[in-house]
Amino acid sequence: MPPFLQTVPDRADLLIRIAGEGGQGIMTVGEILSRAVARSGLHVLADSTFASDIKGGDALFQLRVSPHPILSQGDRVDILVALNENGYRSNETGLAPGCMVIYDDGMALKESGEAIFYPVPMGRISGELGSPVSKNMIALGVLARLLSISADPLRQVIGQSLAAKGASVVQMNVKAFDEGLAYGQDHVVKRDPHLLPVGAGENNQLLLSGNEAIGLGAMMAGCRVYPYCPITPATTIGDWLSDHLPGAGGQVIMTDDAIESAALAIGASYAGAKAMTGTSGPGLDVMQELIGFAGMAELPVVIVDVQRGGPSQGLATKHEQSDLFSAALGGHGDSPRIVVAAADVNDCVGLTIEAFNLAERYQVPVIVLSDASLSRRRQTIPRPDLAHVRRVGRTPHEPSESSYLRYRLTADGISPMSVPGQPGGEYIATGVEHTESGSPTDLPRDHETMTKKRYKKLSAVEEGLPPVEREGAARAEIGFISWGTTQGAVREAMQRFRQIGLPAAALYPKLLWPLPVKALETFAASVNKVIVVEANKQGQLAMLIRAQTKIRPGLIHLYTGVPISPWEIFGREDF
Amino acid sequence: MIINEPAAYRTERPVTWCPGCGDVRVLEALCHALTRSGVDPAGTVLVTGSGCSSMIGFFVNSYAIHGPYGRALPIALGVKLANPSLTVIVAGGDGDAYAAGAGHLIHLARKNPDLTYLIMDNGCYGLTKGQPSPTAGNGAAGATAVDHEALNPVALLIATGATFVAQGSSDDSELLTRLMQEALHHRGFSAINIISPCAVLGRQPSTRPPDAPESVRIDPATHPSHDRMAALQLATVRDGRTRVGVFYREERNTLHSGLDVTLKRDGYDDLISLERIMNGMKP
Repeated sequence: MPPFLQTVPDRADLLIRIAGEGGQGIMTVGEILSRAVARSGLHVLADSTFASDIKGGDALFQLRVSPHPILSQGDRVDILVALNENGYRSNETGLAPGCMVIYDDGMALKESGEAIFYPVPMGRISGELGSPVSKNMIALGVLARLLSISADPLRQVIGQSLAAKGASVVQMNVKAFDEGLAYGQDHVVKRDPHLLPVGAGENNQLLLSGNEAIGLGAMMAGCRVYPYCPITPATTIGDWLSDHLPGAGGQVIMTDDAIESAALAIGASYAGAKAMTGTSGPGLDVMQELIGFAGMAELPVVIVDVQRGGPSQGLATKHEQSDLFSAALGGHGDSPRIVVAAADVNDCVGLTIEAFNLAERYQVPVIVLSDASLSRRRQTIPRPDLAHVRRVGRTPHEPSESSYLRYRLTADGISPMSVPGQPGGEYIATGVEHTESGSPTDLPRDHETMTKKRYKKLSAVEEGLPPVEREGAARAEIGFISWGTTQGAVREAMQRFRQIGLPAAALYPKLLWPLPVKALETFAASVNKVIVVEANKQGQLAMLIRAQTKIRPGLIHLYTGVPISPWEIFGREDF
Repeated sequence: MIINEPAAYRTERPVTWCPGCGDVRVLEALCHALTRSGVDPAGTVLVTGSGCSSMIGFFVNSYAIHGPYGRALPIALGVKLANPSLTVIVAGGDGDAYAAGAGHLIHLARKNPDLTYLIMDNGCYGLTKGQPSPTAGNGAAGATAVDHEALNPVALLIATGATFVAQGSSDDSELLTRLMQEALHHRGFSAINIISPCAVLGRQPSTRPPDAPESVRIDPATHPSHDRMAALQLATVRDGRTRVGVFYREERNTLHSGLDVTLKRDGYDDLISLERIMNGMKP
């Protein structure tokens, strides 16, 4: 048995996996189960992976359920529903002792280990129903029986989730579910200890994906224009906004390449609209020239980079955190930009709003980093309270007697900005080095002065944001620093460190560029050893920290295309 | 604000183009066209890319963007999307339009946004000392020895689905001003390829052969400019003469007629729709 399976800190939560192949309705049944469970007031974190093929290939839906907020995707399987042989084999090693395995008895599966097996004649039942694709619902019925999940709410969600496919499809699926439930009642004797946790009474939750949350955050911030070029795994931000932004007075336009998306967003911003585009690593690469232009011409714009694995075409559907250099340091010349990274679905809402505020306040491009696993992950979050959304606008140019200087030197580097249509505010936003009026210049002092002006704006960013969250003992042996979704795995590892009495601390920065140097230095001074945890080869955050602070961090870094798990931090013995 | 004097459309910045540069006359024609069209400087955005001709944004008294090479058109479309009430003019060189920006041109022109594109075509990359551009043809100074055909800008513009395509020349200011007025008046994507030779380096596009510098005005009475095939035919005639005037025009729905143009100016009046959207995200 892998050692981490012996460390089960919290039996209140359940990790359910449904595995099979594309086309078996894995995502559909996972989604239905997620919704039903979330409706009962539990926290839910659902994650899915699938091969790039449209249909076929391995498919996996994972659902973590808990009465407490869920920090990461977890690392031990309590319940496995296998709809084909590979679905069992590829998950066999991660099963917790006493794991419940529900499988189609048509599979040649050799029952072994400490799992508790429930073979179900899914092939026979689905055959009798005349619907070979209904195995997923039969399995759901058996699962509902074994976990004592109320059937009526599940039937209701099946109806709502499949309503668009027509009444006969709904009917067939409910029937298959009922058949599974009946089979469970009549033929299955429960031998495992698992039950659905009691709901935490979270009745004001939303259940949404990371990409939907970015779209929602953008709308809450007042985004008015979202141009996008489809690219995995960022596409669904645009799809979601296409459904919602036009009805709220904004525009979504699909472009034919990523450069065009950035150009449209920047043009819209010049004209006074809050604008955002979304892309993934390859798109961010080709946008660099325009991001540099926005920095030089001091135009606010938000760019979401949903990171995927590897360079070039890489691993388009997999997780990795390897665009930090590209986001913070990409592009030629000294051009200011701000980079923030979301750690979970709630962050996707809040940090997207913050990104707009930063862009407008400092008149710079702001890059929001997300990643492939976060983009797909569906998680319950507290429903945002719109009355408390803070929206920051740009410093407006007020009409005055003197002639307007768009790039006027000010104490904080922020120059008032006019909007086309405003008489007397005419100016040229240029990417060539310019004077306060926007006229071209190549004089040594001008370039130095204006570069300093543009960077002066960044010097206030760290202090203008809420303090960086720190967790753990005030003085600790080990101090972890992580970013993005890896923060969730560190948080969960911290819970386990607490349980075994290891004095650890962790810092969870959201702002990555400019690097929050003060917070990092203060944190490092409170621990004996700093370890950066991140999902890339080069140790990108660790390298930036080395370059900009006196901290010499150690590094835990994995780059397998799969998010780092709590065990991969907690289980390390080399610190 | 209405301006009655072309000079009032000029900023105080002196032009930086070389003596004899065609772009000087293009700027003059533009100031006249803006005056005659009664365009409000505060409600106008002139978007350029990079290169000699793209400096024009510094010299026109309006809002302006001077963006990276090849990206003027999509930046301009962004401006127009955000505020459709603005007059948005794109200007720049043939390199911007047909080399680096070619991908944007073919995809944005066919969507028919309400923009006017003024392309100053000198057949070369002037700022880098005259290397041949796509419109320079075979035998142009500095061209590769490989036999190649010059890009035909007018035929390309017609083929993209632009709804107003004209060719002008910096030598014929009177016609050029008129073409600009028509282009500004046109609802949809209007483009004028303007032959604007590089005087100092002696470069010009292949559409203006050195041995036949005089351009020929298209006679609107005999050329059916609503007929796309006739326009393409006229654009592809090879008789060594340069034709100026309107090649093609069409009335078609613009990009904006397909989009909701009631773009809200601030974000505070959409809270009801956000609550409704969030209701749909309940599990």
